[in-house]
This record gives sequence, structure tokens and C-alpha cells, in this order.
Amino acid sequence: MATRPKGGRGAAAQRVSSSEGVGSAAALLARDQKIELYYWMRLTRSLEERLVNLYRQTKVVGGLFRSLGQEADAVGSAFALDKAKGDVLSPLIRNMGAMLVRGAQPTEIIRQYMAKGDSPTRGRELNIHFGGPERGFIGQISHLGDMVPVMAGVTMSFKMRGEDRVGLVYVGDGATSTGAFHEGINFAAVQRCPLVVIVENNGYAYSTPTSKQTAAERFVDKAAGYGIPGERSDGNDVLATYDVTKRAVDRARRGEGVTLIELMTYRRKGHAEHDNQSYVPDGEIDRWAKENDPLDRYVRRLTGDEGVKLAELEAVDARVQREIDEATDVAEQSPMPEPTDALVGIYDDPPVTEPLWFREGVKSAVEKHERPAGWGTYDA
Amino acid sequence: MGLEEVTYLEAIRQALFEEMERDPNVFCLGEDIGGYGGAFKVTEGLLEKFGENRVIDTPISEIAIVGAAAGAAHMGLRPVCEMQFIDFISCAYDMLTNYVATARYRAFLPCPMVVRGPSGGYVRGGPFHSQNPEAAFLHTPGLKIVYPATASDAKGLMKAAIRDEDCVLFFEHKYLYRRVKERMPAGDHVVPIGKARVAREGTDLSIITYAATVWKALEAADKLEAEFGLSAEVIDLRSLLPMDDEAIAATVKKTNRVMIVHEDTRTGGIAGEIMARINELAFEWLDAPVMRVTAADVPLPYSPPLEDYVLPQTADIVMAARRLAAY
Repeated sequence: MATRPKGGRGAAAQRVSSSEGVGSAAALLARDQKIELYYWMRLTRSLEERLVNLYRQTKVVGGLFRSLGQEADAVGSAFALDKAKGDVLSPLIRNMGAMLVRGAQPTEIIRQYMAKGDSPTRGRELNIHFGGPERGFIGQISHLGDMVPVMAGVTMSFKMRGEDRVGLVYVGDGATSTGAFHEGINFAAVQRCPLVVIVENNGYAYSTPTSKQTAAERFVDKAAGYGIPGERSDGNDVLATYDVTKRAVDRARRGEGVTLIELMTYRRKGHAEHDNQSYVPDGEIDRWAKENDPLDRYVRRLTGDEGVKLAELEAVDARVQREIDEATDVAEQSPMPEPTDALVGIYDDPPVTEPLWFREGVKSAVEKHERPAGWGTYDA
Repeated sequence: MGLEEVTYLEAIRQALFEEMERDPNVFCLGEDIGGYGGAFKVTEGLLEKFGENRVIDTPISEIAIVGAAAGAAHMGLRPVCEMQFIDFISCAYDMLTNYVATARYRAFLPCPMVVRGPSGGYVRGGPFHSQNPEAAFLHTPGLKIVYPATASDAKGLMKAAIRDEDCVLFFEHKYLYRRVKERMPAGDHVVPIGKARVAREGTDLSIITYAATVWKALEAADKLEAEFGLSAEVIDLRSLLPMDDEAIAATVKKTNRVMIVHEDTRTGGIAGEIMARINELAFEWLDAPVMRVTAADVPLPYSPPLEDYVLPQTADIVMAARRLAAY
């Protein structure tokens, strides 16, 4: 019987293909597009760093989720979709980069985290849980795997109407264990929906290593069970990620149905900002940071083979900083929601739910910062 | 009026046909609904008429059926999902309560869809083919629930459900499928969601109920009149979410004595919610405590003596009504 590591994480890059020297879709990208990929990755990382600052200033109301070390897989895959054709993706919590590529604005994301009244969800939902098909990305819910059946339905509508559109849905290694993942990918495969399913294998689902998530050696092997093609790629190589996703998108657009992609990457931060990662073996995070950081790798690639000058990338960095500063200023000025907006829009009809009779004075109570004593913040 | 009498089941099928003809965005999906026509043949003939693109046979995957319907609904389609038996809707509980019910509120994503299926007992179906899981969903803001008792309401509510901009759970009572029939109102017959119906006028006491027990209550009312000289009013709720508070308050104020009858189990059942509403709406109009006649708190057993003992029967309603009148 083969022995398998009980936890921890090897160097993914050694086990999967990368884009170096591959004749590929990435080779067809223009120089500007390659620099654009760098912009989205840098924006993702820097915006998250800004959010950490805001979190430490207690300006972020809920938890904060990072994608440090996974920027390439989110950005490279989303870049393979076609905006003009109306492709739609459904991100997971580590896919802020994919949402940015599809048009999510830093201001919106900061407002979401700060629970502002003019955030995309008007303060109803947290973090990056927002979006709609007209924007090219659909907001996720917390129940992992659920977006796979939903995206099966979105892409089934493309097929039913004969539209030239493709969908992409992300799941983590953990979500592959859910019933929703299985039912959704099987349904989409049977219906030959134009859907790309990406399993981001980042080594951990909260604290649970992949060895405790599945007995399968590789997630990509699950594709055979659904009768669909599967490909595995280096998720920390943005061009390789673009490549493998583009191939799957092209297959879907040709009417060849679903592809399962496994992207090998590594989650360098905890599940959320509060998580101290005590379960990670010593040295593992540092090794990935030092040897396999997707931004460092891409900078080397750009300034090496691609002949981009460092000064050009520094100009991108400056632009990113400026945009984030502006977005932060705008978001901080945003108002909190009106409490009674909580009752609007549960249904189309009735449009507003009646307030409960004992809540007549709610607005003034909030203005006076009244809180239940149990919160420990009661001011007399 | 149509000339022919139409069964409850045929009425639902008529509604599906008419709505699919009216609106090309309406489509059906579910297990064995196409070539086979559904376990109860509700969707028989749809495939021939509308084709595979709009009558979709799915894998045994309630999560995927409901989830895919939600995704299609976001894109402007109007899916009608069949649960082969409504007992299996529990497999899609997460998708319905977490995803579908919240979509409009949290993300402004419309989810106009119907989830329908054969429900209820009195058919020797045992624990997994007889359930009435409506109370499990009554507690979820964002969903609507209807449960018709008559053929014309089945048709009219199905049309309203398909046209509704939100997700409607449509419970069909399989005991009634082929047992009740009537002539359909002429034209485009739509019954508004959220409106109850007075199934029988009365003055001494009120029986508030829905689905198959409407017929038990009517039978009991006849008996109460004939044998005990009691005039019972029967209210058929038809819609459970939203619930018709006006109709409930009106009958309480009229008879001052109220009983709630449902086929579902007692604890946490919808009768408790209706009692709470009566308490809030019309407490001072009551001349007696509100009573409930429900199934016993047990999984529904298969064997006829067991099932008949557990489910509410006409005699139970008569006995409870006499006590209510005498209070």
C-alpha cells in the first residue's frame, strides 16, 4: 500500500506542468496583456494588504480572507474568459483577483468589508460575496460547492438559448467533498453545459490538509468519474493557469461540455485573518514564500524572457497604490446602512416586510449607540 | 367554464401546458419527467409537445435540480422543478433555504422558479412517500408556499406560482390527484398567492385547514350539521407563505371558536404559527381556546391500521369540534 503524507505540503511546482517553453495560448498574449496580468495580480495583493490595515484599525466589521500566494490562479484563469461575449464566473473566497479582472472595483470591495450602506449588497452580505450575471461574476454563498449546480444552471441557459457564452466556477480542495459539488458537476457533464470547473488545490480547507479531505491522489483524477476531460496545472504560474483555462474555455465554447481543472497552489495565510495556522508544519509557509511566490515568479519571467523593464512594473505598482488610496478614501466616506433597509426586498412582492410593532424606535436607538448589555459595550 | 370535469392532477398538467405555451422561458426539469411522464404522469405529454430542451430528464440529484433551476432563473428563465416525491425536497434543503431564498435579498438576484411535487399521506406510502414538509420551509423568509385542495385552485395557483417573481414551493396532494375533479373556470384562470378561501360558510365554529384535510373538514362539517346541529365554517388557506391573516381574523371574529386541522405532525407544525397569529390578531374575540387536530408526532407508518391511527380523520374533527362548541 502506498504511503501518503499525513499533512503538510510539498513543492507543487515540481509535480505539475508550467508555462515555460510551452507553445500555447499564453504565447499569443500581447505584451500589454502580459503587463495587465501583472497589474491584476499586484492589485489583488496590495488591496488585500490595505484590507489588513483596515482590519487592524477595526474598520473591517467581519472576518478578512486573504489569497496571498494564490493571486496567479485567480487572475490567470479569469483572464481566459471573454468579456465581450458575456462569459460568467462564480468566484470563491480566494478569488478576489478573478472578480477584479471581471470588473469588481476596489471601492466596492472595501465598502463590503466595512459593511457600508452603499456597498454592492447594501451591507447585507460580507467580504467578496457579491455580483450578478450582468457583471460577469455571480456572488457566492458560504455553503461550499453550492455554486457548482447554480453555474450548471447558468450555463445550461446559455446552451438552451444557443448563446455563445461560457461559465467558470471555482471550488477549493475542501468543496470537492460536498454533495453539491458532485451533483452539480455530474449534472453539468450530462447536460454538456459550457462550464469550466476549477479546483484550487491550496493544500488546506481551514485547518484540514488534503490528505484528510480525499483518498484520491489527485483531484484531477475525479474528472474520469464524470466522463469529462481533466487537466492539472501550476496555479502559481499565471501564464500556465491562463493556458489551461483557455483550452477548457475553448472546448466549452465549441460545445464540448465541461472540463475539470486542478490548479496546484498554496494558501500562505490562514482560513481567515484570525487563524494562526498552528496546524501548518514548520517552515512550509516560508518555503513557499521564498521559492514559489506567484508575483516574484512572474516578475522574473516578465523582466527576463519577456524583456519588460523593471521601471515599467514599478509604474504599475505606483498606479495600484494610487488606486487603492483613492478607493479607501471614497469607501471610508460611505455611510452605514439605514437600519430599516433590512426589511426591503426579501420578495419582489411584497417589496417591503412590515416592521415588528416593538421596533418603532429602532432608528433613534441606533443613533444613541444603544446595545444589549450582553455585548459589553452598553453605554448608559 | 370548461365542459369537462378535470381532476386535480390534470388541472396541474393543464397549467404547465398553458404556461409553457404562453411563455417560452418556462421549462420543466426533474427525474423521469420526460419520456416516462413523471412518477404520477403529471408531466405526461410535455416532452412530445415542447421537446427535450424544455422538458429535461435529470440525474437523481435534487441539489443539482434546484441549484441549476436557480442559475437558469437568474438568467431570465422560469424553471419548474419536480421532486419525484416531495419527501426528497429535504435533499435540496440547503440549496432552497441558503441559496434560493436569500438570492434576491443578499445579491439582488431574481429567482423566479417553482418546486413542485406529490405530497401527503392517506395513501399507504410509508415514512418516505407520504410527508408534508411544508413547516420546514415556512420558517424561511424568501420562499413562498402554496398547497391547494381543489382542482381549480391547483390550476390557478400553479399559474400564479410560475408567474411569481420569487421561488414558490408548490405542494400537490397525491391523495387528491385523481379523487377530486371539477370544471375549470374559463379563460386564463390565475388564483392569487396569499389569499385563503371560505370552503363552507358557518356560524358556530371555524375549522382552518389546507390540502387534503379540507375535504375531511367538509365531511366533518356536514356531520356536525346533520347530527349535532352545529354550523361549522371551513377555511381553506391555499397559501401558507404568505398566510392570509385577514381571512383568519375574519373567521375568528365571526364564530369566536377556532380549530386548526393539518395532516402534518403536531410539534412545530403550522397550527402553532396560526395559533400565535390568532393570539396577536384577535385574542379578545375568542370564546374558547384554539384547538388543533394534527397527526401524532411520529414518522408516518405504512400499514393501514397504523397510518389511519396517526393521521387526522373526520371522526377526530367531529369529536374536537363538539368539545370546542361546548367549551
